[in-house]
Amino acid sequence: MTVRIHVPADSAAASVGADQVAGRLATEIARAGLDARIVRTGSRGLFWLEPMIEVETAGGPIAYGPVAPADIPGLLAAGLIDGGAHPLRLGPTDAIPYLARQERLTFARCGAIDPVSVEDYRARGGFKGLERALAMTPVAIVEEVTASGLRGRGGAGFPTGIKWRTVLGAAGDQKHIVCNADEGDSGTFADRMLMEGDPMLLIEGMAIAGLAVGATQGWIYIRSEYPRAVATFTRAVEACRRAGILGAKVGGTGPAFDITVRMGAGAYVCGEETSLLESLEGKRALVRFKPPLPALKGLFGKPTVINNVLSFAAVPTILADGAKAYADYGMGRSRGTLPFQLAGNIKFGGLVEKAFGLTLGEAIHDFGGGTRSGRPIRAVQVGGPLGAYFPADYLDTPLDYEAFAARKGMLGHGGIVVFDDSVDMAEQARFAFEFCAKESCGKCTPCRIGSTRGRETIEKVIRGEAVERNLSLVDDLCRTMTDASLCALGGLTPYPVLSAIEHFPEDFDRAPARVAAE
Amino acid sequence: MLPILHELQETFGYVDRAALPLIADALNLSRAEVHGVVSFYHDFRSEPAGRTQVKICRGEACQAVGCRELVATAERRHGLTLGETSPAGDLTLEEVFCLGNCALGPAVQVDGELHGRVTPDVLDALIAMSRSRGHA
Repeated sequence: MTVRIHVPADSAAASVGADQVAGRLATEIARAGLDARIVRTGSRGLFWLEPMIEVETAGGPIAYGPVAPADIPGLLAAGLIDGGAHPLRLGPTDAIPYLARQERLTFARCGAIDPVSVEDYRARGGFKGLERALAMTPVAIVEEVTASGLRGRGGAGFPTGIKWRTVLGAAGDQKHIVCNADEGDSGTFADRMLMEGDPMLLIEGMAIAGLAVGATQGWIYIRSEYPRAVATFTRAVEACRRAGILGAKVGGTGPAFDITVRMGAGAYVCGEETSLLESLEGKRALVRFKPPLPALKGLFGKPTVINNVLSFAAVPTILADGAKAYADYGMGRSRGTLPFQLAGNIKFGGLVEKAFGLTLGEAIHDFGGGTRSGRPIRAVQVGGPLGAYFPADYLDTPLDYEAFAARKGMLGHGGIVVFDDSVDMAEQARFAFEFCAKESCGKCTPCRIGSTRGRETIEKVIRGEAVERNLSLVDDLCRTMTDASLCALGGLTPYPVLSAIEHFPEDFDRAPARVAAE
Repeated sequence: MLPILHELQETFGYVDRAALPLIADALNLSRAEVHGVVSFYHDFRSEPAGRTQVKICRGEACQAVGCRELVATAERRHGLTLGETSPAGDLTLEEVFCLGNCALGPAVQVDGELHGRVTPDVLDALIAMSRSRGHA
């Protein structure tokens, strides 16, 4: 029987040589006349082990990594295709502690299947949720999602079921399902991994949403920084059309549903839902006033479900296994699992899907192994560029929407960026304003002007000019931005700024100011 | 309009001003509206880029592992600041905010290909490789 050897085609794996490994492996297999086939998969999300390749054996997949092209002849000589012993052998993939300790629901298949094969997807339990949804009424589907407690994984944490109920109840000759795949937060890559590793899960989730609210048109907006995700997702959509899953009869028996893939053009603000809708309509991506909510007047003015990649991707599991099974994971009002991402200065960076409730410190130490540099952790930014900087003594915070809010932070999309003690927090605060200034859509004044004035003021602080007075100006400016910005970009930029000032005041106490005070 | 603009840039390397009235006409929009869209998005250039295009991630995750030093070294070695193209037209250095490679930073895209754990010397090697491909 032909042996399957999995080599990730994931962007991150490719960034450290996975394509070259696949190329060399193909050459050497042909040269040795081995009965083996290379399958390009997504990544398991153990990035320090990439390129990590896996061999399918009777006892399950055996992993090797990190593999360099030059290792291939030695690996084959050591009996790679039978899972033979070699210094790079990591053992059965599922037994690798980093994976074994996770609770992978959304990412169960990612890295283990050919992402554009309907057969692979179906063989690993795919389309079960869609099949069940096809036998249910729209109201029953919405109730199931509501009962699961699923909250929007894009960052805001709004209950998905309630959003869907609003769209279901809205009158409209045409309704839309829009997937927000504009994953612009630094420190996050879960959406990208899923689109490159298990795109059909997302397609299935969107199709179920279509059934739930009576929408026949689906759209996905993928950022242009993710060319591989665009390519893989597009191929997966085409494969689903050929298999009759998308098209005139969704899942073969349902009403019509199809998905159009659109690529962004480098604008962080498009991650904001109304800005994304404007962009999909081919306009400048200016944030819209709310109300009206997109649920009532969304894409092209029609009722629209707009959710993040991970929200849609959680839905097939909820439908297949039932709302209760999903809701049994988690803590408080944060139900289910969160795929969080360990990034920045971290030894074992990657994707960890766990029930809500793990603490930040457990994530960083037990999974991440501390900093990559080996120096002490000084600051952790969770939730992207608009997330707060937490000091090391906040590592006991559980990964839970409310627990983060209570400490003036936010969980966002689950990106965890670790900094060691070489970080200059005044520079980080300055950057937060700079980023906001560059990415502001320009519609509202607090964000458009405030970000630039904020950057200038922090620069004065960094130069040691009237530090106390300028910091109080920043504080005042941040209050205005928080209260008066139209969307989260201007409204949340104060989070990283104020948290840096609050938790790391020593970095803002610049030398010339002390001289002046004497 | 975005698919049209992407297609133009893919084909010609930039979106020529001369194309704007044509797009406006085809989509029944004003020239100003088309200009508004083109100028809003970071991706669209109004002039050709250098033969080698380097985008260095300046997101926080890459900052945590030394992208500031990477940017400073690249700027110094090539005599360019981010956003500039060399006078000879052989190299463009740009910033980008997040390439989704946040566990393997600093991340850099060279001619559309993503690279991880990029040090200043690795970046020089990548640029040299791109140049030799271009001259071959």
